[in-house]
Amino acid sequence: MSTQESYVTEDGRTIGPTVMEMKNITLRFGGVKAITDISFDIREGEIRAIIGPNGAGKSSMLNVISGFYVPQEGEVWYKGAKRPPMKPYEVAQQGIARTFQNIALFEGMTVLDNVMTGRMRQMNAGLLSQAIWMGKAQQEEVENREFVEKIIDFLEIQAIRKTPVGRLPYGLKKRVELARALAAEPSILLLDEPMAGMNVEEKEDMSRFILDMNDEFGTTIALIEHDMGVVMDLSDRVVVMDYGKKIGDGTPDEVRNNQAVIDAYLGVAHD
Amino acid sequence: MPEQLAFAMEVFLNGLMAGVLYALVALGFVLIYKASGIFNFAQGVMALFAAMTLVGIQNGQVPFAHLINAIFGTHVHTFGWNVPSVFALIFTVIVMILLAWAVQRFVFRHLVGQEPIILFMATIGLAYFLEGFADLMWNSEIKKLDFCMTANTCLPQGINLAIDEFTFNAFGYGFFIDNLDITATIVAGILVAALIAFSQYTKQGRAMRAVADDHQAALSVGISLNFIWVLVWSLAGFVALVAGIMWGAKSGVQFSLSLIALKALPVLMLGGFTSIPGAIVGGLIIGVGEKLFEFWVGPLVGGATENWFAYVLALLFLVFRPQGLFGEKIIERV
Repeated sequence: MSTQESYVTEDGRTIGPTVMEMKNITLRFGGVKAITDISFDIREGEIRAIIGPNGAGKSSMLNVISGFYVPQEGEVWYKGAKRPPMKPYEVAQQGIARTFQNIALFEGMTVLDNVMTGRMRQMNAGLLSQAIWMGKAQQEEVENREFVEKIIDFLEIQAIRKTPVGRLPYGLKKRVELARALAAEPSILLLDEPMAGMNVEEKEDMSRFILDMNDEFGTTIALIEHDMGVVMDLSDRVVVMDYGKKIGDGTPDEVRNNQAVIDAYLGVAHD
Repeated sequence: MPEQLAFAMEVFLNGLMAGVLYALVALGFVLIYKASGIFNFAQGVMALFAAMTLVGIQNGQVPFAHLINAIFGTHVHTFGWNVPSVFALIFTVIVMILLAWAVQRFVFRHLVGQEPIILFMATIGLAYFLEGFADLMWNSEIKKLDFCMTANTCLPQGINLAIDEFTFNAFGYGFFIDNLDITATIVAGILVAALIAFSQYTKQGRAMRAVADDHQAALSVGISLNFIWVLVWSLAGFVALVAGIMWGAKSGVQFSLSLIALKALPVLMLGGFTSIPGAIVGGLIIGVGEKLFEFWVGPLVGGATENWFAYVLALLFLVFRPQGLFGEKIIERV
């Protein structure tokens, strides 16, 4: 299967060509190698999961993609071009949105304002126009507000639109963070453990949102998850990491039957 | 109406207007504190520097004249022209933006992530540097500030005759209200309304609040921290300029102007460091409070209460309501 040809999945979604490719990424912190020579790709419209035991380097990988870490070796290719070293905000401006494992929201701002910040990239009226609140700035504000309301409806958080985020419980905060990332209409949406610390019901809700997002908006999603079961149900393809190395890559079924993966998860006798 | 009460009312009104000027300085503090957690001790000096730059440009002074003369043995002092206030204002705004950029680039960019006390110390250093720099650039003479939009419409000074006449007819006692104070009040009102609208309803305003709240999250939605900080320092510079014009027109542009920063401190204690409306209300309370206190209690204790009243009031607030009137309440979740 060539990575440049589109194909249609069993459930009728179209998976497009490669949008991002990581080539031989190595990331070191001092003498410690967090990631060793890892390559994989993300294709348009797919749900791509990165799994692995604790400390496998999954979050580091996500931080490399979103520009929070700069790898010592390797290349990041995005939309067919090699990406130069970038600041995280520049990566975000290129259309890569993300959520965080331990939630990074603007606690003092309302849910609506938080989600509106996701639209930074779509709003480009000049500073002067904003300062006098006329012309483009005003029009832009109204248009983007409409879009944001749609996202808020979609994620079923209408009831808390005007609530400061700091007052919300954990599960809802996770959802607001997702809304903010989705509002950016990202080319790739990175989710760092979207279901960490949730109960079964909340996990089911979150899974549904992820699938619906991918289905309705055609959003390409790369997610990190601990919970094997959830990942296998959600994703089209899975990368498995262990101790900073890639030990498996393929469809959930392929990965499930991979001996190296089974060893990493269930442990293996060293003899 | 008894004479005493009418007089008290006049004192009250004058207090309100003085409070507006305090609030203008406090506003600059709040802007920077909200967006970067830096308590900018240099805000008062920024007002001084802005006012000196404005007057210097207006009068056609040669910047760094003393330095140039000392090095080259020349005797240049002025260009021999006068720049209209409007253009001088625009130039000064540009200078304040450049200053904001320089402060961010050469000082605070290297201190990202440091303890608040270190950032605070840096602003003290900045205050001293800027004071010396202003002296070197525009010399230390006391200058008169006449700010005129056109040849005939200058910042008004002196007693407002309409109010004087109206109150004389109503109470039999004419109030002395300075025209300049009235103008300052109107300008401050507009400035605050504009700042609040900007921070609530525009992309960059929202980005400012976002940066104030969480750096990492701000980066992840595509906000450049450096840009926002330069923007915030520019806004604070602009507010300093307005404050500098008002204070300068009132009492001349002189180095004691930088001390108004100290009067802004109690205003901030009252209003809260993070609230724009708080800065205004705090300023008004201090302004009215110290004038009325002087009026009633002053004669009993030998006067000069204005020097300490504001600080004592701030101390009381620190004891009973440390977050100020409008500041964000500090809640520790366990």
